[in-house]
Order: sequence, then C-alpha cells, then structure tokens
Amino acid sequence: MQPLMLSPALRAVDPQPQRPRDPAPSRLSYRMHRLWLTPLYRALLRVGLPAFALAFVGGLWLVDEGRRSGLVERLTELRRDLEERPEFMVTLLTVEGASVELAAQIRAALAVELPASSFALDLEALRQKVAAMSGVAQAEVLIRPGGILALRVTERVPAIVWRGPEGLWLLDREGHRVAPIASRLDRPDLGLVAGAGAEAAVPEALALYAAAEPVAPRLRGLVRMGERRWDVVLDRGQRILLPERGAVAALERVMALALAEDMLARDVIVIDMRNQARPTLRLAPAALEELRRMRGQPAGATSG
Amino acid sequence: MTDLYQSQRAMRRMRKAAMDRRLIAILDVGSTKIACLVLRLEGPELGAPEDGLGRMAGQATFRVIGAASTRSRGVRFGEIDAMQEAERAIRTAVQAAQKMAGQRVDHVIACFSGGRPRSYGLAGEVPLSEGTVSEADIARALAACDVPDIGQGREVLHAQPVNFALDHRSGLSDPRGQIGNRLSVDMHLLSVEASAIQNLLYCIQRCDLELAGLASSPYVAGIASLVEDEQELGAACIDMGGGATGISIFMKKHMIYADAVRLGGDHVTLDIAKGLQVSQAQAERIKTRHGGVIATGVDDRELIECGGDSGDWDRDRRRVSRAELIGIMRPRVEEILEEVRARLDAAEFEHLPSRAIVLTGGASQIPGLDGLVARILGQHVRLGRPLRVRGLPQSATGPDYAAAVGLCLFAAHPQDEWWDFDIPAERYAGRSLRKALKWFRDNW
Repeated sequence: MQPLMLSPALRAVDPQPQRPRDPAPSRLSYRMHRLWLTPLYRALLRVGLPAFALAFVGGLWLVDEGRRSGLVERLTELRRDLEERPEFMVTLLTVEGASVELAAQIRAALAVELPASSFALDLEALRQKVAAMSGVAQAEVLIRPGGILALRVTERVPAIVWRGPEGLWLLDREGHRVAPIASRLDRPDLGLVAGAGAEAAVPEALALYAAAEPVAPRLRGLVRMGERRWDVVLDRGQRILLPERGAVAALERVMALALAEDMLARDVIVIDMRNQARPTLRLAPAALEELRRMRGQPAGATSG
Repeated sequence: MTDLYQSQRAMRRMRKAAMDRRLIAILDVGSTKIACLVLRLEGPELGAPEDGLGRMAGQATFRVIGAASTRSRGVRFGEIDAMQEAERAIRTAVQAAQKMAGQRVDHVIACFSGGRPRSYGLAGEVPLSEGTVSEADIARALAACDVPDIGQGREVLHAQPVNFALDHRSGLSDPRGQIGNRLSVDMHLLSVEASAIQNLLYCIQRCDLELAGLASSPYVAGIASLVEDEQELGAACIDMGGGATGISIFMKKHMIYADAVRLGGDHVTLDIAKGLQVSQAQAERIKTRHGGVIATGVDDRELIECGGDSGDWDRDRRRVSRAELIGIMRPRVEEILEEVRARLDAAEFEHLPSRAIVLTGGASQIPGLDGLVARILGQHVRLGRPLRVRGLPQSATGPDYAAAVGLCLFAAHPQDEWWDFDIPAERYAGRSLRKALKWFRDNW
C-alpha cells in the first residue's frame, strides 16, 4: 500500500522515486475552471474588469483640475484647428435668381462675415432669415465645394399696386408685399387697389382686373369697401358697386351691358350691382334733369 | 419507502432544473474508464412533434457538445473503492468535457454497474372505484405492490411498472382512461447496495455537481445497444466492462431483469500479466492487439514479443505464440460467460420468445468472442454498438461507450418510475388539506 499520510518533512528526508504527474486537476483549479466557465463571471471578467480598470485610471488622471482644463483646452483647440482648415472655409456668397436690388438687400440683411468656417454657419437660420424678407418667395441655402455659400432665391413677382396706410406697395399674386414704391407712376402697367383690407383680397382683385379688360383705359382702380366688397372706380367719377359674393360675375354683366348698350359712356355716376336681383343706376343730376324733361315731367318731381 | 420517494423525487426535480437550463452532464463511472458527456438539450420545439418519440427516435432532442474520458482510478467491480482517487478521476473527466463544451455544467446523471444489483418482480392489484382508470388509480396499484425484503443497507435504484392488466386483459402499456373493475400492475424493482450509491453521491458532491439521476449501467447499455425489435421481442444485453459484466433482459420495451457479474476484462488482463510475467500495462496492450478466444493453426506460428520491462533488455526478452495467449484468455472469458449463463438461467431467459443476445462493452471487442458466446449462451448472438448520437465524437462510438450513450437516451427520455406517480392520499400524512378538499369534492 502506498503511504497515505507521509508528511512533507519525512518526504524531504526520504525522497520518493519520481512518480508520473497526476493528470487530475486539483480541487482548486477545478473550481477555478468552473468559475471561469460561468457565463456571468466570464462576461464580468472579460468586459467589466477592463472597462472598470480603464474608467478608474481615467478617473484618477482627471482628478487634477489643471489636467482637466488642459484637456478641455486641447480639445477645443483641436476642434478649432479642424474647423479652420481651408477645406471647410467659406469665402464667397452667391445669390441666384434675384434681381440686382434684391440681391443687394439680401447681402445687406444677412451680413455674413466671410471668410468663415462652414461649421460656424447656421444654414437653417440663414435660410429663414432670407425667406422672411419681403420680395422672397422661397430660399435655399447650401455650401458648394470650393467654399461657396450659395443662396438660391425665388423672387416674388409684383402683380398689383396697393395704396395702404404706409404708402404705396407692390403686392404679388397672393397679396404678399414685394417692395414699396415711391409713386404710382413707377408701375403704370399694374392695377391699383386701395381701402382697408384690400391687401387681403388680392386674388379677387386680379380676377376683377381681368374681367374689366374692356374698360381698361378708363379704369382707375379698385376700392375695398368695409373690408368685404369691391368698388370699381372709373374716370369721370363713375363707380361700379360690386356685391360681396359673385363680384366677378356681376362685373362681367356690367361689361356686357357696357359693350352692348354703351352704358358706361352715358352720364351715369353709380352702377349699383350689390343687389343682384335689382341693379340700380344713379344718373348725374344734369342727366336726370334731362330725362325728366324728355318724359315731360316737372322738374324736381321724383319717381320710384 | 417514503425517503426513497423523497430522494428520487429530489433527483427528478434536479433533472427538471437541468432540462430548464438545457445542459446536463452524463457520467459513466466504470472500472476501466470514466466517461463524461455534456448534452445540450434542444427541447421539444425543435424537431420532435407532440406525441410519439419524433425524429430519429427522439435523439434529435439533444446534442453532445462535450465528451471526455479518463482512465478510471479507485473504482473496482463498478463500485467506488478509493474515494479520493475516484473523485480525482471524475474531476478530470468532468473538467475536460466542460472545457470541450465551453460551458459549466451543474447537473449530472450517473450510472454504475456495481453494487450487486438484484432484480425483483412485484405485483399489485386494486379495485377501481370509478369505471375508468386514472393516474391516481395507477398510483394506488403501484402502492399496493408487496415490497419484498430487499435486505439491510440496500436501496431501490429502479422501480418501473412493466405491465398493466385490467380484469382479464393483460399486456397493457397504458391503461389510463380504460374501463374495468380491477387494475393490476407488474413492477420491476432493482435494488443495489446503499453504500455504492452513497459513495458515488459523495464523490459527485465533492466535485460541486448535483446528482440529477442515477441509473444502473446494464440497463442503460441495453437502451443504447438493443434495437427496437429486440427490446420488444425479448433480448439480453451483456455489457462486458472492465470490472463487472452487466446483464439486462428487455421484453416489451421494458427492462424485466438486470444483474451483474463481478468479473470483466480487467481479470483477463491480470491473467495475462500473471501468466506471461509482464506488467499490467503491457498485458493490456498485448490483449488488445493480439487477443482472441478461438485458436487456429496459424496462431502457433504468430509470435508476440513480450519483455518483462525489467531494464535488462539483453536477457529479459521472450516470445510467446498467440495460441499461448489465447490459452490464457479463453478460460477466463469462458468463466465470465458461464457466470452470465447462470444468471440468465436464473432469470429464465430460455422462455422468452426471442432469445437474442447482444454483446457490448469494451471487453466484447475480443476477436472471436461471438463464436464463443454462441456456444455458451445461445445461437442469436450479435455484437452491439451504441446508437449514433448527434455530436458524439468518433472516438466515443465504440461498444465501450454503450453505457454512456444509453445514459444520454435515458436522460432525454426517462422511463416512468414508481416515484413519478403521485403518492396516494391515504398514504401521505402531510396533505390533510388536500384530503379535506378531496372529501369535499367527493361529497358535494
């Protein structure tokens, strides 16, 4: 029988012959191996421990105030260096699709200091600023390669002149302001609207202008009455009072009468179309007098 | 009997926990080698349908992901002989298998062939209160079996119902839901020495593992190496191991008898070592390379070099003929087979309809053994190899791994044992509430 309880001291005195190595793992190594094969422990040791060590070392290094500020400084410097590389610099502002005056206005309004880094430019804010300008319908801002800040602008087209409380303005088809003008004579090709609330009904005014094409040379302008309906003002003080609804049709009716019976050439002051069922004419006093005379009625008598 | 219930049920719970974790280890504690396989269970949702065994006879439900075996130490006759040594050997095998699997296993199912297994046939009969058989009736019938005196210091390892009879109809495999008046059951009970179980349990606990099941190695070797027809029609599996030779008889897919002879391949090796005056290692080598049991004329001329390995190379060189070697091996093999024959006779094997004999185990690889077995045991002899299991390495597919592979199948599809059925209420004192509930249900 092999010695079971041989103490190490005895073994040192009487060394045993070299026995083959025991292939069995010791209890400790067996347990360590099993622990190592435990998934949670393994994940903890392989990921958690290095991560913790890194965080700990980093934290130790950052404890010092000077190092921390130095790190921040270096980072900002690095960032600035990167931003100010010539590849990212914007040197030129181009404006496309705008007239010379509008382009000048846009440049003045934007007031971008060039050259600037493309990181420093807030394109969306620029775009909103341009789009908010009167006279600009749409705006696109982009940075083209080569350091070009390109503005692509769709200009508003003036369609009508508005005599408002702040003077004369050009309005586009939707009634947005385009530009102020000094004098009506600057744009004699466009129609004129006036009255409170006129700028809010520009599309209808344009339709009325189109319908009044036959009397265009005599047309002075349109007046918005009570912010709800239009008056057409012709020369010689003639007025056509249009209803609130169906104004274009009423005007077309008047135009048909004017063409057929030459009504507007007569001495009529007001053509009242407000009540569709009962159009009313108001004659000039002299013409009324003449009519009565022709009918053989005494002057001053009234009828109907 | 109640502690048996408790311990076996605890093992079942452990096995369930292992099933939930999808990882279980198989430990075959043999006298020659200790094999450890790590199984990954893939569950019923992969492959197997709801009823029946499913694809590949249910083997598709697991996969071997780690396999290791080591030379056994401290195990004799299939029992643990030196605890420390056996523990070290188990540790070696388990660690290597874990390393191959890359996962830690906590639950282990073990088998061993020693402990002097002894078989008993039990019968129980109960009248049925309701017309149909329910699980509670089966439990009552099982509880009604007369337990024989299995002796002092012995434990029940398997207790499997093998046959049910309802009135005059016998041979039922599942009587649940059937209608009758009397239910009787035949049960096969296998007992082994309690000390063998305790020693193994202690070794496994020392390795920080939980025992999730125990099986007798002849039984699991039979599961692995008998094909379905043989299990159905009646066959004996003879698992010739190193220290013990296990015998299990199957009939109608149930084990009906198991026993073990405390003789095996190691004794043949010892005979050679003594007879040829060589070391045990060399005797083992000579046995595996040149061994045989049937001598022919050419064996006289085949000379085997065998030195005493004494360091005196010039003088200590001998040659023996293969016929001499066979002359040493054959009597011992015959002795083993005679012993087996005696056990089979005791089990009345000759009355089975089909008397097939299947040889497995490491010692069954002796050339010519099937011829010798045919002379001693019977005509239908076959050399059995275990079924192929998914993921099993090529080195572990030989007949010496029959018990390990069978244990895999046992782990995946355990047979119903006695303790899988609920204890009848009248035998169980602790559940008075349940009894009260039952009374309410019956009377209201």
